[in-house]
Amino acid sequence: MGKDFVHPYMPNSVPEIKQEMLQELGVESIEDIYKSVIPEELLYKERLDLPEPILSEHALKKHVMGILEKNVSTEEYTSFLGAGCYKHQVPALCDEINSRGEFLTGYCGDTYSDHGKMQAIFEYTSMMGELLDADVVSYTNYDGGQAVSSSLRIALRVMRSRNTPKSVLLVPSTMNPEIFAQAREYCRSEGRIDKVAYERETGLMDLKDLEERLKSGDVAAVFYENPSYLGFFETRGEKIAELAHKYGALCIAQPEVAALGVMESPMNQGADLVCGDIQPLGMHIQYGGGQAGFIACQQDVELIQEFPTYMYGIAKTGEEGRYGWGRAMNYRCSHGSRENANEYFGTETGLWGITAGVYLASMGPVGMYELGETILQNVNYAIQKLSEVPGIRANVFRNSNFQEFVVDFNETGKTVKEINQALLKEQIFGGKDLSRDFKELGQSALYCVSELTTADEIEHLAEALDQIIRGC
Amino acid sequence: MGYYKTDRDFHEARWDEPIIMELGNPGERGVMVPKADKRVVESTGSVEELLPKGLKRKKPPKLPEMSQMQVLRHYMRLSQETIGTDINIDIGLGTCTMKYSPKIHEQFIRSDKLKELHPYQDESTVQGILEIIYQLEQYLKAISGMSKVSLQPSGGTQAIFANVETIRAYHEARGEGEKRNEIITTILSHPGNPGAAATLGYKVITLYPDENGIPDIEALKAAVSEHTAALMITNPEDTGIYNEKIRQFVDIVHEAGGLCVYDQANLNGLFGITRARDAGFDMCHYNLHKSFSSPHGCQGPGAGAQCVSEELAKYVAAPTVEFDGEKYYLDDNRPDSIGKLRKYYGVPAVLVRAYAYIRSLGPDGIKQIAELSILNNNYMLKKLLEIDGLSMPMAEGKYRLEQARLSWKELTDETGVTTDDICRRIVDYGFQDYFASHHPRIIPEPFTPEPVETYSKDDIDEFVAAFKAIAEEARNDPELVKTAPHKAALGSQIQEEYLTEWENFATTWRAFR
Repeated sequence: MGKDFVHPYMPNSVPEIKQEMLQELGVESIEDIYKSVIPEELLYKERLDLPEPILSEHALKKHVMGILEKNVSTEEYTSFLGAGCYKHQVPALCDEINSRGEFLTGYCGDTYSDHGKMQAIFEYTSMMGELLDADVVSYTNYDGGQAVSSSLRIALRVMRSRNTPKSVLLVPSTMNPEIFAQAREYCRSEGRIDKVAYERETGLMDLKDLEERLKSGDVAAVFYENPSYLGFFETRGEKIAELAHKYGALCIAQPEVAALGVMESPMNQGADLVCGDIQPLGMHIQYGGGQAGFIACQQDVELIQEFPTYMYGIAKTGEEGRYGWGRAMNYRCSHGSRENANEYFGTETGLWGITAGVYLASMGPVGMYELGETILQNVNYAIQKLSEVPGIRANVFRNSNFQEFVVDFNETGKTVKEINQALLKEQIFGGKDLSRDFKELGQSALYCVSELTTADEIEHLAEALDQIIRGC
Repeated sequence: MGYYKTDRDFHEARWDEPIIMELGNPGERGVMVPKADKRVVESTGSVEELLPKGLKRKKPPKLPEMSQMQVLRHYMRLSQETIGTDINIDIGLGTCTMKYSPKIHEQFIRSDKLKELHPYQDESTVQGILEIIYQLEQYLKAISGMSKVSLQPSGGTQAIFANVETIRAYHEARGEGEKRNEIITTILSHPGNPGAAATLGYKVITLYPDENGIPDIEALKAAVSEHTAALMITNPEDTGIYNEKIRQFVDIVHEAGGLCVYDQANLNGLFGITRARDAGFDMCHYNLHKSFSSPHGCQGPGAGAQCVSEELAKYVAAPTVEFDGEKYYLDDNRPDSIGKLRKYYGVPAVLVRAYAYIRSLGPDGIKQIAELSILNNNYMLKKLLEIDGLSMPMAEGKYRLEQARLSWKELTDETGVTTDDICRRIVDYGFQDYFASHHPRIIPEPFTPEPVETYSKDDIDEFVAAFKAIAEEARNDPELVKTAPHKAALGSQIQEEYLTEWENFATTWRAFR
């Protein structure tokens, strides 16, 4: 047994208290308790191979911050990275509210102890419902990838329950490759994900290929992103939905939530399910830790009963005008019915849901409009400025874009990796290297701007790229 | 010396706060948004010009229009109507390991040096966070005895899911993917195990406890076959009863060609006392928001650790974080990997907290977590079981480890007051409602407390005193308990049909109205 030491996180480490408790139990030592139930051969007899403790808070802070100081943040360098994780203005209220101990350390308390939490979650789903123009919004799940994966599985289940089981799920070839990889493994015991070709000129989904594939009759759903992973708006959402429905498939769309102040919701363009990630709504980028997923649809029981996660329902009480909340229809979830549930789920991202609620309430309709407006203007300015740099092609697909666009470096004779290394010296994080995931694009990168990007930063990027390409 | 209250005059905040959708006035602003520079606007244009035709939003979203102070006040009030671990003696939420989450950790994770890092930054600019992730993996290897740890899972159940994906990959690689289509678990193991197994198409076989409260080993012997892919088991289960035959369980499954997976979402009673690998397990997983102290955040974000043996190391989720002697890097070149579990790499803030937690405790402190959890639990049980009407079914006289499943059945039989009534009433005493049981409730009128190491003897005494008082109320004034809560934020009971009938179901304000 390790030596006792009084630790501030363990009140009963004080020897006198421990002794008093042991006496109450009538045993000599704690060891006597666990040795009476754990077989001798399973006891670990060595001292764990861990570093010695750092005892004072000050020393711990010096140590941990000393390591974190080795990082260079996007507050220090100018970042043009997006690709599914987006740096936006985070209102101070978001951090204030998600730091509140009641929310930060709450958990699965229910209707009566955590009335405020339940209301905050319901308000989040209510505001998301307005943003998406959807009546039903799930509780937050792990991330946008989980939301897409589960939406695809919902489609497979809907087809089964209609007695028309189908096994193919169609997605765009330009889809976020991380989400694609995640969804492929998540769905493969039940169905197969196939990629629909895209038009090389525009990047848009090739509708002829889509229809050919739909004709097999085995397609459960067609999925698209708007804007696409590569930054351009999908202008044919209505047509995609129409084709999907013509062949008995569902249409699932992933809108970029930061665009929805200016962009029409896919819900109003024929999509049956919308899903995605709420990270842009008040979550810091956190090295990818601020992601959280949502799934939404209209009030259609055929779809809702296939949702795999908690849903918080509003309930009337005995008092007029006073409401409470609870988890509704729990048999859908693995907590309710184990292997008979729709899918597994667990502790996901509740705090981010509450935070996104604070964000949407702070932004309001005007804030969301202005967010979209600024980003649209900045991205177009960035495309203009980079188009002026000889040797590169900005906005390869010549489309309208939201916050991102593809920059083609093939003619420079340099790799994206080399260019990004050179940009680092200018204190710039260059765009996401696409050369591994989109081989047909060669040495191309995905550049991202936001409402935080300034004209100066865009111009500095263009100048730096010009110099790097000219070999200065 | 030593102080606990038995007559606390508690009342939760009750603000009767309207739904936010009804607050504010047209034109109010909560925050201003950066505008594009003048020269940007001049050379680009308006939203109408920049959006493709047909994509312009027709009607603005009906979001609240509120000023900043009013948004803050609304959410502050809602926070006051929530009972987190920071403000209550959170022993009732058993299996959830509601320990203290050190405040100093919050300073680390809210530093720009973590919260403003983009996951695709050049590796040379994220050496700090990669170092922390790498070192945390080494610590978890020591704690579990395993050879490889992936910290990519977004939460504990996703780590379970990763383990099921690994089971699938292992048997597929041996050409037995189709044949080995059954996963065995136990009814008192976390529902995430059968849930994740079924998500990947496995048939689930469930073992029930024998008269000693541990899974029936004879049922296991009957269940294993050439179809067995794996055993996924918790030990101790929710009952806190340690399964002393666990090594035999593992051997039986291994002999049949299956893998053995240890659900260690809750490690609190075992730190430094036993290790999963030493009991023969091939895999285990930890919830870093439970035993490793990250705050639970109203259900996340948490993080999971998938820990595997040498033989299974090649299967863990890609990328992994590696060290080449000079620098840390992300290794994506893992052809046998189960692939991606989530975008990017895990939930880094939770990983930083877990790292700091282990560093602040060291080897003896880590072991002391388990020892004091066991002491606290058995002390609490002795006191709780003095309450007439509360019992601890199964394995009588046997010590529990970190938690226990109790039963109010005798009290219910005598008074008609159920565990659900008591669960509401306890809120009137200033405690969060408690965890009764996972479903199905195989123990009647269940109650599952877990007094982790961060609670004092006085805390435990106050917790016990509250239940003692409620048991007396159940006998003297049962209606008081049945109509509870009386002093919670919500003072009247909800109409349950809104949660159980589709025609009443609404998850947004627009659908409700």
